[in-house]
Amino acid sequence: MDVKKYVIKQISVFSENRPGRLAAIAHALGEENVNILAFSIAEANGFGVVRALVDQPEKAYRKLSAIGFNVAFTDVIAVHMQDRPGGLYEIAKMLGDANINIEYSYAYSGKEGAVLILRVDQVVDAIEKISRSGATLIESSVFH
Amino acid sequence: MRCWDPRIEEMPVAELKELQYKLLKSLVYRLYSFSPFYHNRMKEQNVHPDDIRELSDIRKVPFMFKRDLRDSYPDKIFTATQEDLVRYHVSSGTTGKPTVVGYTQNDLNSWTTSLARALTSIGLGRGDVIQVSYGYGLFTGGLGLHYGAERIGATVLPTSVGNTERQIELMQDLGSTAIACTPSYLLHMGEVAEKIGVSIKKDTKLRAGILGAEPWTEKMRERMEDWLGIKAYDIYGTSELSGPMFTECTEQNGFHIWGDIALTEIIDPKTGEPVAPGERGELTITILQKEALPMIRYRIGDITSMDEDVCPCGRTHPRVQRIQGRVDDMLIIRGINVFPSQVEYALMAIPEVGQHFQIVVDRKGALDDMLVRVELTKDSFSDKITDLMIIRERIEHKLRNALNVNADVELVEPGSLPRYEGKSKKVLDRRSM
Repeated sequence: MDVKKYVIKQISVFSENRPGRLAAIAHALGEENVNILAFSIAEANGFGVVRALVDQPEKAYRKLSAIGFNVAFTDVIAVHMQDRPGGLYEIAKMLGDANINIEYSYAYSGKEGAVLILRVDQVVDAIEKISRSGATLIESSVFH
Repeated sequence: MRCWDPRIEEMPVAELKELQYKLLKSLVYRLYSFSPFYHNRMKEQNVHPDDIRELSDIRKVPFMFKRDLRDSYPDKIFTATQEDLVRYHVSSGTTGKPTVVGYTQNDLNSWTTSLARALTSIGLGRGDVIQVSYGYGLFTGGLGLHYGAERIGATVLPTSVGNTERQIELMQDLGSTAIACTPSYLLHMGEVAEKIGVSIKKDTKLRAGILGAEPWTEKMRERMEDWLGIKAYDIYGTSELSGPMFTECTEQNGFHIWGDIALTEIIDPKTGEPVAPGERGELTITILQKEALPMIRYRIGDITSMDEDVCPCGRTHPRVQRIQGRVDDMLIIRGINVFPSQVEYALMAIPEVGQHFQIVVDRKGALDDMLVRVELTKDSFSDKITDLMIIRERIEHKLRNALNVNADVELVEPGSLPRYEGKSKKVLDRRSM
């Protein structure tokens, strides 16, 4: 199978943990007409990492770097969940059974149902295992 | 040209000391006779010029401090009349009242000679274009370097501070081979150059930096030399001594303090006694030939050490090592002496952080709390929080080992710490606020 089409480019942005930083990032992306499809904030003492799926990752990267942010691309994958009680359990159990370790994850619930974004250590391995288990992976072309 | 004045610069040590003794003796006589301030000081200490019978008798002469200059504002201890002065400089007064320094023509000549020897010792001369990016005006840096560079026949580009993009453009167009500025300004210039697509290393003729007016470290030197493709030389001086006066030679191992111009002592700041040869202590300088504002055993407050062995470059004049801290910049954190330069040195060994840092000191309850803010470099950013926390812990560990005191570390965004075009203010001590 072509695993590459399931690898999604997430942008990660280093941010100090103080008022206005998320606004600065969001404003910059808005100015560039970049749409944010999903995002999460991870925080540690004093700093955080803003992670986002956007429709134009390269453009977002260039803009944020140009205004001084530390930005990196990270490969993530996205899996369809049933948008009903127990939906997350089914996916989580399947990942556990397939022995896939999740470094971090976040979710959104949109028009086409609920989606779980996953950062795993072995991306290719995870894509193969998830497809075999019967769950539906979302192609990166859906996002960008 | 190897030496500006080989007769003086390579004078045998014994002869140089004899010359220093003669100059010291006449200086003390002159001050005792013509300066009420020094006369009274010496009387108070029960010292007479006849007590100076050999060079080491300088220890009998009373010290001078910065406060002596502040107390005598603006010109109470000058030993020349205004008619004989050809220039004033005024120090910035960051630590109190400003101090005024007056110069006779001979004072300016001696200052310029000192710099002519220094600039020659780093291989500059006729044919070089020296960009002077120190401030021109009341500050001594700009005009001092300007006259020194003209004296050796170099072409001066007097850009002064600021308007960095234009400075980079002129550096390219006029082919500057050397730049004189603060190390933090050169770092800033390097960053601005990269932003506008100019590599100082590849796109300019710059080969030497004459860097001073604020403390910097060997690690910063390595980084600047590697990044900008230059040789970075330390320059030393203060406005009270005339201005920037002494630089390292091409050996890059301490700046030569010309013995016929100044007599150097390193003393224990607590006892005032000389430290053992090579030990660290407070730099104390006597300017042997100064007319308008004589400085005798002036305690500058800089911590360093001195090497009196003849330099491999052939010059016989003592070398003073890079300034390692200020007696009064020293922070006392939970009873431990901490110099900002130690923090800087520790951080430079960590590739994940940039050159800029800020120390913030607070009091939490009865305890001092030290926070060091550092910028994470572009290459070391990881999407994983745990990786970032490991970097932070490594820095905390390094600082604890270097300082013997705990410091918290905060990772901040690149470019977010303040950049200064003059003297860096790297410490924010909020304990007294």
